[in-house]
Amino acid sequence: MESFLDPLILARWQFGLTTLYHFLFVPLTIGMATIVAIFQTAWVRTGKTHYLQLTHFYGKIFLINFAMGVVTGIVQEFQFGMNWSDYSRFVGDVFGAPLALEALLAFFLEATFIGLWIFGWDRLPQKLHLACIWITAVGTVLSAYFIIAANAFMQNPVAYTINEEKGRAELTSLGELLANPVALAAFPHTIFACFMVSAGLVISVAAWHLARGRNLETMRPALKFGMWLMLIAGAGTTIVGDQLSLAMVDAQPMKMAAAEALYTTATGADASFSIFTLGTPDGVHELFSIRVPYLLSLLSTHSFDGTVEGINDLQAHYAALYGPGDYAPMIWVTYWSFRWMIGLGMLHILVAVVGLWLTRKGRMPQNRWVWKAAIWSFPASLLAMSVGWIFTEMGRQPWLVFGLLKTEAGVSPGVSGLSVLISLLAFTLVYGSLAVVEFRLILRAVRKGPEPLEPAAEGEPASVVRATVY
Amino acid sequence: MDLTILWFWIIAVLFVGYFVLDGFDFGVGMSLPFLGRDDTDRRVLINTIGPVWDLNETWVIVAGASLFAAFPEWYATLFSGFYLPLLVILIALILRGVSFEYRHQRPEASWKRRFDAMIVVGSALPALLWGVAFANIVRGVPLDANHDFAGSLLDLLNPYALLGGVTTLLLFFTHGVVFVALKTDGGIRHRARKLAARAGVVTVIAAAAFLTWTISSHSATAVVILAVSAAVLLIGALVANAAGREGVAFTLMAGTIATAVLSLFAALFPAVMPAINDPANSLTIANASSSPYTLQMMSWIALCALPLVLVYQGWTYWIFRKRVTREHIPEAAH
Ligand code: HDD
Ligand code: HEM
Ligand code: HEM
Repeated sequence: MESFLDPLILARWQFGLTTLYHFLFVPLTIGMATIVAIFQTAWVRTGKTHYLQLTHFYGKIFLINFAMGVVTGIVQEFQFGMNWSDYSRFVGDVFGAPLALEALLAFFLEATFIGLWIFGWDRLPQKLHLACIWITAVGTVLSAYFIIAANAFMQNPVAYTINEEKGRAELTSLGELLANPVALAAFPHTIFACFMVSAGLVISVAAWHLARGRNLETMRPALKFGMWLMLIAGAGTTIVGDQLSLAMVDAQPMKMAAAEALYTTATGADASFSIFTLGTPDGVHELFSIRVPYLLSLLSTHSFDGTVEGINDLQAHYAALYGPGDYAPMIWVTYWSFRWMIGLGMLHILVAVVGLWLTRKGRMPQNRWVWKAAIWSFPASLLAMSVGWIFTEMGRQPWLVFGLLKTEAGVSPGVSGLSVLISLLAFTLVYGSLAVVEFRLILRAVRKGPEPLEPAAEGEPASVVRATVY
Repeated sequence: MDLTILWFWIIAVLFVGYFVLDGFDFGVGMSLPFLGRDDTDRRVLINTIGPVWDLNETWVIVAGASLFAAFPEWYATLFSGFYLPLLVILIALILRGVSFEYRHQRPEASWKRRFDAMIVVGSALPALLWGVAFANIVRGVPLDANHDFAGSLLDLLNPYALLGGVTTLLLFFTHGVVFVALKTDGGIRHRARKLAARAGVVTVIAAAAFLTWTISSHSATAVVILAVSAAVLLIGALVANAAGREGVAFTLMAGTIATAVLSLFAALFPAVMPAINDPANSLTIANASSSPYTLQMMSWIALCALPLVLVYQGWTYWIFRKRVTREHIPEAAH
């Protein structure tokens, strides 16, 4: 009973679940805003109607998804105070600034211009209306930057001093906080990954129609576009991911050791990367594994004879530095989430390459499995994204702010386990039901396919499109 | 100037912005069963706020995040202390937000009814609970030495706070109905004007009682002037409504809400979270605020960004200034 109502455990579950849920919608918001903007630009530039159909079609999916990103985001903003009040007191001086910047500079922009875009089709001049979706897209990317800068402070605290009297961290340089090396790598990595997920959606949807021989004139260019985007975004994610590994090893060597379940420090060829391991769940005993020599050394240090510190050494080191305690995260989580992130990502770059080859010069593959693989692009890339964050956040444990504040010290002291349990159940229930509704709506919109354009009403020039009306 | 004072008033202005703007969204949402005789009517109502509800709601996110950056202790105490009411507000906002977007996605009447109900409840609960929360802040709550809330849910449901909640509920309702009169035409406009007149009378009574109670325990001159202005503006709004001057009525309603909220902040100042059990545990602008450096950085950014935000949001309202009528609603739009 005691542990069942432990506010710390419940608060962690709640934060993890609600954030993971929020981040199911965010990648699509970030990626699809730009993709819809690109389709609309193509329409404005060329006047070809299939681009307008694509704008409306993917725009509708984007909007169904956008609403969920917004409403789940509000929860995120207030949760720091609700469940993590001592954390908020400790870091607010530093961490509040990027959150406020995000709200003031990015959320206002997005929320205003998305309304103008949805309802402005017949009220704004064509170019100005196009500008609205681009401004929305810029806003989404901007908001990602600020939130990642905030998160990067938790991974790699910079630009602060500790005020002993007040018992908190205080900001010393806003510029330095925003230029945190972890943020500079995590931001492009996340944005590229968001484009992979969105490219996955474009591919999945187009492939679903093409496999049934429907809507060829719109879905063929969409498929091509999606696969090229997947390729480019995938390359970007991988290249920056490599930089991110370096930044991470610098800031949190324990996370890299945990990602590889490397218990003893290894050098050169011994610092091998296991692609697959069978062992006891905690990774202490290995039964079988496929290993690539040198790869871990390359990933962590960019050299063949680098040394990668092991968990045991780091544990001893941290215990000496911070006092007795367990400084390793849950190894099986970090080990497997790291592999799934990279593996699923690589798989989809492969799907795009093969797909581009098979559809070259207007060919249409007949093999059912090819289409199946393409249709699974979206869920699989979304999964890669989620496990990437699970790796990042759970790999940070037991720290809430690395080296400064343990997770157990951040939880709200005044909030009872029962309150957190109630809110956890309430969010699970509401989020669960909304997921079902949202999923069905998107599926319905996808199945329906791009709609033929309505003929312009009497007296309207042919280029005017009716605005969405609720 | 002491930046903590500046930030106290910036937070006040952000909440004023939130309550003035999302206030009429809540009112429009609550008015669905009163003013929407059929589906087309209800769609007219929802479309009056269609392009702007999201930007209006964003004001509370900006207010919350600014609270976090400028007064972390206030943010921490407030949101952990008012845990369950805040939970209800969050869930209500979630259901309301998705309902706007999802109700028109399918043609079935049962589908629409479900989302209409969520819009009504999702608007009414925050309208009530924000008032309860703010009245409690002004009244003070039990706090321990760590500044954590030391009471129970029942402490938050005292008569003064409940009256505050009823007042905001009624204020936002009338505000929204006046907005409908301003933004629609034909039958709905006519009915909205009549409803505003009737709701207005009840609102005046509740607001007068609440503001008098507030003045009786916080009698600083500024509080009295602001509270009295709120009452005068409210009566002016009802007179303008009766005279058919919808634009004036709406502006005066906005003024009412603004002065009422400011009077609460004036009553609070310089405390931000008074402790009723032991004044030594109170949070004030001095012990709840961020460091001077953070406040300085935030000030520069806010002073540059806020005017720009006001310009583009004002422009949005200008673009969508036309009245929405039944003719604007296409037959079967999906
Ligand atoms: C489609 C998704 C996707 C794909 C294919 C990859 N990643 Fe990733 N990765 C993410 C999506 C992601 C993410 C968006 O989920 C994370 C979580 C936090 C972050 O900044 O990005 C992440 C985090 C993350 C971290 C943790 C950073 C930290 O904890 O500080 C590392 C080291 C990498 N990635 C490295 C890679 C490498 C070397 C990849 C390929 C070779 C790779 N990622 C592919
Ligand atoms: C959107 C992607 C994100 C996902 C999927 C994610 C996921 C998670 C998960 C799974 C946990 C639970 C970890 C554990 O308790 O073992 C967690 C904790 C937490 N995360 Fe994130 N996170 C994300 C982004 C962020 C960002 C951007 C911030 C800060 C700005 C943040 C702040 C926190 C905090 C404060 C906790 C709670 C304390 C803790 O358990 O460590 N997260 N997150
Ligand atoms: C745990 C930390 C997080 C917090 C506090 C947070 C906060 C919010 C809030 C308040 C909204 C609603 C905005 C609105 O109403 O317009 C939102 C939506 C959004 N968030 Fe998050 N979020 C978190 C995690 C993330 C992450 C990790 C990213 C990006 C990498 C992100 C990017 C976005 C985007 C692009 C939206 C789209 C919808 C919109 O802004 O209107 N968020 N978030």
